[in-house]
Amino acid sequence: MVNEMETYLKISDLHKTFYPHGKPLKVLEGINLEVDKGEIFGIIGFSGAGKSTLARCINRLETSDSGSIELGGTDILKLSKKELLKERHRIGMIFQNFNLFDSMTVYQNIAYPLQIAGVPKAQIKDRVLETAELVGLTEKLKAHPGALSGGQKQRVGIARAIVTNPDFIISDEATSALDPQTTMQILDLLKEINRKSGITILMITHELDAIRYICNRMAVLEEGKITESGLVRDIFENPNSKTGELFAKVFKLLQNVELTSGGGI
Amino acid sequence: MSLLDSSLWEVIKASFDPAIWKELWGPIGETLYMTVVSSLIMLVFGLLIGILLTITNPDGLVPLKASYTVSGWVINCLRSLPQMIMIILMIPVARLFFGKAYGTNACIIAIAASCIPMYARIVESSLLEIEKGKIEAAQAIGSNNLSIIFRILLPETVPSLIRGFTVSVISVLSMTALAGMFGAGGIGDIAVRYGYQRFQHDRLFACVYILIILVQLIQGIGNLVSKQILKTRNLI
Repeated sequence: MVNEMETYLKISDLHKTFYPHGKPLKVLEGINLEVDKGEIFGIIGFSGAGKSTLARCINRLETSDSGSIELGGTDILKLSKKELLKERHRIGMIFQNFNLFDSMTVYQNIAYPLQIAGVPKAQIKDRVLETAELVGLTEKLKAHPGALSGGQKQRVGIARAIVTNPDFIISDEATSALDPQTTMQILDLLKEINRKSGITILMITHELDAIRYICNRMAVLEEGKITESGLVRDIFENPNSKTGELFAKVFKLLQNVELTSGGGI
Repeated sequence: MSLLDSSLWEVIKASFDPAIWKELWGPIGETLYMTVVSSLIMLVFGLLIGILLTITNPDGLVPLKASYTVSGWVINCLRSLPQMIMIILMIPVARLFFGKAYGTNACIIAIAASCIPMYARIVESSLLEIEKGKIEAAQAIGSNNLSIIFRILLPETVPSLIRGFTVSVISVLSMTALAGMFGAGGIGDIAVRYGYQRFQHDRLFACVYILIILVQLIQGIGNLVSKQILKTRNLI
């Protein structure tokens, strides 16, 4: 099969070492990764595998030690501070703990990135309403995040991430704090956004189901290295790494439980 | 009336004598004037220094280790001076500004000098309370540091900043009473001149009532405002 897809994110030989209490701790050891334009790409790993660090290196919330990150043809690591701020308008990010601004209403939360990006006032309102409708929050615009449920909060988080029409979304454990049903709804929403706007999504998670549900391709991150990557189906059926094997095992086990107990636990 | 020759009950009754209270309105005004002006000065400079401390912190937005260490050290030095000694130290400074070393305005300098470092520390600890994730979200959106400070950091921590300010205003109030001993006028001056030097305990008691009422009022307003904000944000 010829891959006609255009590569959108290309990470080459990325390294990052932390020094907690002065001792070196290698978190990323030569990450190589390619994500195609318009796809939803999953990265799975246990806690401590370096998932979040990898996510944060991409928009430079974390400075990496060496390597290169190309995003839509731009070398992220070579940008000046000013250019970086501008570039970040093109990268949306959603978080496990939502990280919404409690002092602002839902409307203000969604409008904030537009104001920062310098969008003219007249256009902000239309864009916020449009985005709120897409994520299903039209009724809640005047509420403060404190009054929302977890799922609604993440909808605000997603709206805030996509309101500037970015080309790329980093989802750092976006559904890990939500219950299974809400998780499905949020994943459906991400899928819909991806389908409608062709936005590229990098899903970083430890949840198998989330990856299986919305990703086509995935990579396994293990102790700071990508141990395998490819089609989700292939990795689940024929894992080549420790983590992949373990996940596949857990997955099969869960399937058996579902079969024998009729789905209930 | 003195506790030396009268019973406690009689002194308490005398402390409500309208004749005493008539003489207290002036000093109450002076105390309020000193408290309000000093608090405003403290608010402006305390916030400014507190913000600088927070962002120059090694984990802050603009880590500047040298500046953070030096300013921390200076603040600690200023804070280790008891308020009374600060008043004495500020006498020449007040003379420089106002041409005299006594009076309400002269003491405002000493009160500000003593309370600004304290409030700066309180501001710093309030600002450090913010969830790091919110700052990160703002950074990921592409906010510059000024937007982060004024649109995220300060608004998000406002309830805590108000509680800290309340505590500090009460501390300013108690310092105005102390300053009364050094010619600042106000309630403290009455308490010292009549209560301490002339054993007129009825007047001393009246001063105590006023201070209690003022503290209750300040704390009450602070709690109310901070709670109201939290309620608007559905956080309580």
